Amino acid sequence: MRAVSIIGVGCTRFGERWDSSLRDLVVETGIAAIEDAGVAGEAIDALYVGNMSGGRFVEQEHIGALIADYAGLSRLHIPSTRVEAACASGGLALREAFLAVASGYADIVIAAGVEKMTDVSSGVAADALAAAADREWECFFGATFPALYAMIARLHMRRYGTTREQLAQVAVKNHHHGHMNPIAQYHTEIKVEDVVSSPLVADPLRVLDCSPITDGAAALVLAPSDIASRYCDTPIRILASAQASDSLALHDRRDITTLDATVYAAKKAFAQARLTPEDIDVAEVHDCFTIGEILAIEDLGFFPKGEGGAATEEGRTAIGGDVAVNTSGGLKACGHPVGATGIKQAYEIVLQLRGEAGKRQVDDAEIGLTHNVGGSGGTALVHILSR
Amino acid sequence: MPQRYNLIGTHCKSCGEYYFPPRTLCPNCRRTGQMEEHRFRGTGTVITYTTIYSATEDFERLTPYNLAIIQLDEGPKLTGQVVCSPEDMKIGMRVRPVFRILGKEGERGIIYYGTKFAPADDAP
Ligand SMILES: [Zn+2]
Repeated sequence: MRAVSIIGVGCTRFGERWDSSLRDLVVETGIAAIEDAGVAGEAIDALYVGNMSGGRFVEQEHIGALIADYAGLSRLHIPSTRVEAACASGGLALREAFLAVASGYADIVIAAGVEKMTDVSSGVAADALAAAADREWECFFGATFPALYAMIARLHMRRYGTTREQLAQVAVKNHHHGHMNPIAQYHTEIKVEDVVSSPLVADPLRVLDCSPITDGAAALVLAPSDIASRYCDTPIRILASAQASDSLALHDRRDITTLDATVYAAKKAFAQARLTPEDIDVAEVHDCFTIGEILAIEDLGFFPKGEGGAATEEGRTAIGGDVAVNTSGGLKACGHPVGATGIKQAYEIVLQLRGEAGKRQVDDAEIGLTHNVGGSGGTALVHILSR
Repeated sequence: MPQRYNLIGTHCKSCGEYYFPPRTLCPNCRRTGQMEEHRFRGTGTVITYTTIYSATEDFERLTPYNLAIIQLDEGPKLTGQVVCSPEDMKIGMRVRPVFRILGKEGERGIIYYGTKFAPADDAP
């Protein structure tokens, strides 16, 4: 296996992009990444594109070829592959691109992700997202995504004493980080009182516990580390790329309050990188709901099981804390265009490790981690990046 | 789908494990497992629950409704609705199965039946 580095990044502004189509978003982010890396189209060996549900959201499938085409690469006939793992599609696209370069099969590879979610009604969007759960044995009985995470939250609160206010603190922190991020969907700061008085979605989760519906795209350019410095003064090494799966349905899990897919992916990733959770300076984790971030920081090993809520309350996951979690604003405030999220997470970590994160820069960030979950934990990906 | 309203799953004669929904392969024994049909009693315990206030279009008219993960007495867990007021929901509460309409396909379409759950008085 060859060492792999990220030599270019791009990301669109996240939010309701009524002014842009799916293909516009892709062109915007693709150009940004390629220009950042200083590579010509002819140099690109392959593309991998994370997209959860173009068919449901914009009635467009065959996203791989579409993206190659609108990125101006159709006459170069570069192989382009769409990958899908629900909300972990972007993380999986990064892993496929990493494997292509690490294996020696390809040199310059683009990992991208895109989702255009705001063109459909909220009911249709909720149903498209519910397709990441077990349609026959969860959704058929009325389960929604917030409901599955609400059931996790309820049991976590009962078992570990996690409080309603601790959940809210996740959203408060991520909005605080997001208000310093120019690409974020929300630039408003919120308070604990705002979260706990917002309308109930699935008790105990309320509107401000949930990540929004978002349009956006992001892209990365990968290259073998030994030639990365030809393109880029600050290539970022991918020290580890790991993926794990678990049962699709939440009710089949060993433990409802732990995402074993995260636990196993994290174990593999830390072993590959020969690092421990204490070595991580900055992390982008999957906070699709506030409880999701608490599970993530426990299951990744940043804090002991059951102590994620207290750690959040004590500010240990804010910028300046033990480990800065979701400096971009996370899915909660930066937005969650499902297929793009895993790529945007790596985009943010690259900015942090290059020292280009502006007001939200973590001092001396050397090692970062991304954590992307599909569904209620059927898939998890963990990547570890280093300056 | 008869498994849905009759709570029919499988039992592995080799390792003794019960499965719902039914599986053709035992995850413990894989190809050496001997699977037979098993009709679950439907009584069980609420592991965790939520009350849903915002649903997909198919379930919007039912809001608010309770959804729970229930551990059947034979062992396996499933997701299902519990018909009672949200205030009566508790982790650890006992439930029994009730046969209910689950949904309709369009105004005059097919009606789906299935199992919901109701609080059960566990006294013998
Ligand atoms: Zn068996």
